[in-house]
Amino acid sequence: MTASSLALSSGLLAAQSVVGSAAPATGAAALAWLLIAVPAASAAVLLLAGRAADPWGHWLGVLASAFSAGLGLVILTQLLGLPAADRVLGVPLWRWFGAGDLDVRLGLRLDPLSLTFVVLVTCVGFLIHLYSVAYMAHDRDRRRFFAYLNFFIAAMLTLVLGDSYIALFIGWEGVGLASYLLIGFWNTADADAPQAERFTSRENAAAAKKAFIMNRIGDVGLLLAMMACIAQVGSVAFDTVLPAAQEGGISAGWLTAIGFSLLLAACGKSAQFPLQAWLGDAMAGPTPVSALIHAATMVTAGVYLIVRSGAVFEGAPDAQLAVVVVGAITLVLGAVIGCAKDDMKKVLAASTMSQIGYMMLGAGLGPIGYAFAIFHLLTHGFFKAQLFLGAGSVMHAMSDQVNMRRFGGLRRAMKITWITMGIGWLAILGIPPFSGFWSKDRIIEAAFVGDGARPWILGTIALLGAGLTAFYMSRLFFMIFHGRPRWTTAKDIEGEVHPHESGWLMTLPLIVLSVFSLGLGGALTVGNAFVTWLEPVTGHATHGEPVLPATAIMLATLALVIVGIITAWTMYVRRDVPTVVQRANVLVEAARHDMYQDTINEAVAMRPGQGLVLAAGASDRYVVDGAVEGLAKGTAALGRLTARTESGYVRSYAGYMFGGAVLALIAVLAGRF
Amino acid sequence: MSVPVTAYVVLAGVLFTLGALTVLLRRNAIIELMGVELMLNAVNLVLVTFSRMYGDLTGQVFAFFAIVVAAAETVVGLSIVVSVFRTRRSTSVDDLNLLKN
Repeated sequence: MTASSLALSSGLLAAQSVVGSAAPATGAAALAWLLIAVPAASAAVLLLAGRAADPWGHWLGVLASAFSAGLGLVILTQLLGLPAADRVLGVPLWRWFGAGDLDVRLGLRLDPLSLTFVVLVTCVGFLIHLYSVAYMAHDRDRRRFFAYLNFFIAAMLTLVLGDSYIALFIGWEGVGLASYLLIGFWNTADADAPQAERFTSRENAAAAKKAFIMNRIGDVGLLLAMMACIAQVGSVAFDTVLPAAQEGGISAGWLTAIGFSLLLAACGKSAQFPLQAWLGDAMAGPTPVSALIHAATMVTAGVYLIVRSGAVFEGAPDAQLAVVVVGAITLVLGAVIGCAKDDMKKVLAASTMSQIGYMMLGAGLGPIGYAFAIFHLLTHGFFKAQLFLGAGSVMHAMSDQVNMRRFGGLRRAMKITWITMGIGWLAILGIPPFSGFWSKDRIIEAAFVGDGARPWILGTIALLGAGLTAFYMSRLFFMIFHGRPRWTTAKDIEGEVHPHESGWLMTLPLIVLSVFSLGLGGALTVGNAFVTWLEPVTGHATHGEPVLPATAIMLATLALVIVGIITAWTMYVRRDVPTVVQRANVLVEAARHDMYQDTINEAVAMRPGQGLVLAAGASDRYVVDGAVEGLAKGTAALGRLTARTESGYVRSYAGYMFGGAVLALIAVLAGRF
Repeated sequence: MSVPVTAYVVLAGVLFTLGALTVLLRRNAIIELMGVELMLNAVNLVLVTFSRMYGDLTGQVFAFFAIVVAAAETVVGLSIVVSVFRTRRSTSVDDLNLLKN
């Protein structure tokens, strides 16, 4: 299946992103701003109406997201009806501000890349809205939850539709805010709530802050990149910056600087090494949030940023290499952490991190990898959202427990969840013909393309990652649904549970998503459809020849995946799973503690930061305040001194005048000679 | 024979110094007013001298104005001194330090 694309010439260095400017949009595309405006308005109504909107607020949220999904699909159809070369449309909105030569305009850019995201975000978003109606049914703040979800949809669409870095940045910050609000959604325990509840509430708030702060660190990168763009080309519009980057309007040094800044931004948003520590904690939010924001859409924004800025990275090979390295490190790191976690959602979070590592790896390979990175992003968005929603369904059945050591044998109690999650599991494993196979396999192949030792190193890492993925995802699947039931219907420390299948509002999205997980990858690979579709943005990628035959790579990947499944089977189905955590070797212990990333961050960033703050505080108190206060005291003392001379004696005043006149005379004379 | 300009200027300097010292050192308000007159006249002398020297009337006009202003000032000053003497029975300027600080 991949042979057709691989047989093409290997002029991979000649391939470039396409950075042409946009044609004015007509028809439904001209209404693209409604995609953003409707969910934003719905969020505003839900937040302003307050408790009055409680009975119907969630349905308004669902409607708003359904509207965006519908309009997104209409625009997609319109774009598909155009010839490939004309599939870049622009919707100018308004002039935001100007200063001197700088003129910042806001507008939307509809092209295959942004439309891919629009469809992913709105379709997955709609299904998750629907699911949340049931999942959050017992929450007193369901309306507020839907307001935030709608706000997120609006912000995410701004991010992907914006036609300049500044418009992207507005959405970038918007999704960051939505993520913060939703991670800390359950931080409202009353003062008289039970001790444990208040503790969780505090933990949730801390997780939200952690995500917010680590994202801000990344945002500095985006800001720096924008400032560099303004300094170099006087604009942040994609239509100006990207052609300038491609045609040598920006020097290689500046391109490298911009590339590294953008990579920093992408690392923050996409939880890539070394800014990955927040994603695991972000699981404190409600599960639909994890599915929508922290798996399917927002965290992939970093990959979008890198692919969108392709022209910059093509002019900065060092920055491009850094993207690949970051992707490779995160892919292994996430996989290793995923292997050791017992918290179901944290395994999925580590898996997300690892899969985005694959996408970053693809995006860093240049034009040959862009389409595959976005393809994997799309298929991953669907099957990871599905896996998270499945996990949510399990939590719903198990009184919000997430400890997989207490699950087991749930396949009999929750048939639909079992089957749909099974499809998601096979999809992420990359078993043909499930969708993950079509996208991940391509990235692994692309990693094997190149000269020297590089393809061997990258390819091997990508290959091993696939095996690790198979192991930890099978471990998750088997520990939840197979083996001896380890939960209890009687009173127990972990609580009694009565597993049951969720209602149709929750199972319906699961079923719809599993259809996508099953067929999306294969359907979009027919005739190389997806890669061709992205060509107006990513350029015509001439696929180079891998250092190993493509079939060999595919077979090796599948072999490793099967080894992973069998290992997980023997460890977690053939053998009993202990319900308490066992002592393990150093590596497992490290992985259980997220490879000590919090400790490292604390030592590398937090302690020096606190020292800096302490020093700054001291210098403020003693040096700056001291100088200012000293000046004030000096002035007051001088005032007291001169007050003494105000004796009221006419003759002394006359004396001062005389003295002054003499001084003035001396000054005049001195000036003359 | 003509008196050199230097002599006028020196005389004016001496007169001005005497006037200034009178203002600074004496306590009696009337004597101080006299000191002020002395200083003004020293300046007038210089003005007239240079006016002659350059053959220009401007200095003389200035001197004339200074005399008029000095007369007016003396009227005001003396009436203040008289009214102060009526209330305080003293013309010593050192007693008049109500505006201290």
